[in-house]
Amino acid sequence: MTRVPFVLASLAALAGLAACSKADTGGGPAPIPLLLKDHRFSPAEITVKANQAFAIEVTNADGVADEFDSDSLKREKVIAGGQKGVVRVGPLPPGRYPFMGEYHAKTAQGAVIVQ
Amino acid sequence: MLPSLLIVFREMIEAGLIVGIVLAATRGVAGRGRWVAAGVAAGVLGACLLAVFAGGLSSLFQGTGQELFNAAILILAVGMLTWHNVWMASHGREMARELKAVGAEVAQGSRSLLAMAVVVGVAVLREGSEVVLFLYGIVAQGGTTMLGLFIGGLLGVIAGAGVSLMMYLGLVSIPAHRLFTATTGLITLLAAGLGAQAAAYLQQAGVVDILTTPLWDTSHLLDEGSLLGRLLKTLVGYTDRPDGLQLIVWLGVIAVMTILMRVVNPKPHAAKPASVAHAAE
Repeated sequence: MTRVPFVLASLAALAGLAACSKADTGGGPAPIPLLLKDHRFSPAEITVKANQAFAIEVTNADGVADEFDSDSLKREKVIAGGQKGVVRVGPLPPGRYPFMGEYHAKTAQGAVIVQ
Repeated sequence: MLPSLLIVFREMIEAGLIVGIVLAATRGVAGRGRWVAAGVAAGVLGACLLAVFAGGLSSLFQGTGQELFNAAILILAVGMLTWHNVWMASHGREMARELKAVGAEVAQGSRSLLAMAVVVGVAVLREGSEVVLFLYGIVAQGGTTMLGLFIGGLLGVIAGAGVSLMMYLGLVSIPAHRLFTATTGLITLLAAGLGAQAAAYLQQAGVVDILTTPLWDTSHLLDEGSLLGRLLKTLVGYTDRPDGLQLIVWLGVIAVMTILMRVVNPKPHAAKPASVAHAAE
């Protein structure tokens, strides 16, 4: 599988985009970076193209674990403090797909916008 | 206090409902209490271990260790539930009717109990590790007082146990001869739901890449995240946006289980003459 170039590309993308608040790179082969810091997601909204698979690389910059959780995307993944995790999502029809950090759901809210 | 109450309650319900169904399904099998308790204890222990090693587990298998682990234990649970249902189909009818284990069957009964203990352990392991991670996070941050955390968690446990207990009492209030049919049906649906969740984890890991498009969306009718949605998700595998693979796995588990039960017990209504006389009362 093409996991190694995947990881390299995502690291490169992350280096460039870590501080960026808009990441409209959805649909491309590289995972979309998503930062969880102080129990908030940035960017809070991710836009991707319809009917195209994509992946989100969640970086948990907080000291404690959180769970990337989305019923609408049918994805849940625990990400330990200071670690990264890639969440892969298959092609989706247009719509708004909310996600949250389940352990800090009050602040950690976000959504994938599929257009 | 409130977040710990909610999270503990939610995870408690998910594990508790499964334990309730297992307890109802094994009613009348000698020694079930010990086996179920052992399953819960192993699950709690495993959940703590899992929480400690969550970070390491995630990075295994090129970052998909957690998904593969979840899928594996779910598939194990589906296998165990199938085994139990098939075993009950061949031996359980008389046992359920008489509500007691008959001597020679006890040894085999405990083999089915082992399967059910594994199911209980797996359910507690999955939900428990989330609770442990969550509670640990709160403590590490010092975001709330220990007392608030403790009270919230305790209320969550009580509320979750209450719902599970109601489920169990509701099940066992069913007349004995129907209880068997009811629990068999519930376990079949439970297994189908767990199978569909396993399929979603395999898709998330990128192991399976087919039929990922959602087929329909009933989230406006019943949100999967609502309390009723979660109950139904645990019980029958309800999901508001199922994809093709999930639907196929869900139907497939039901089909396989039904066929296997028919194979070991071809004519459910043509019982032995003695049993018929007995049943006629």
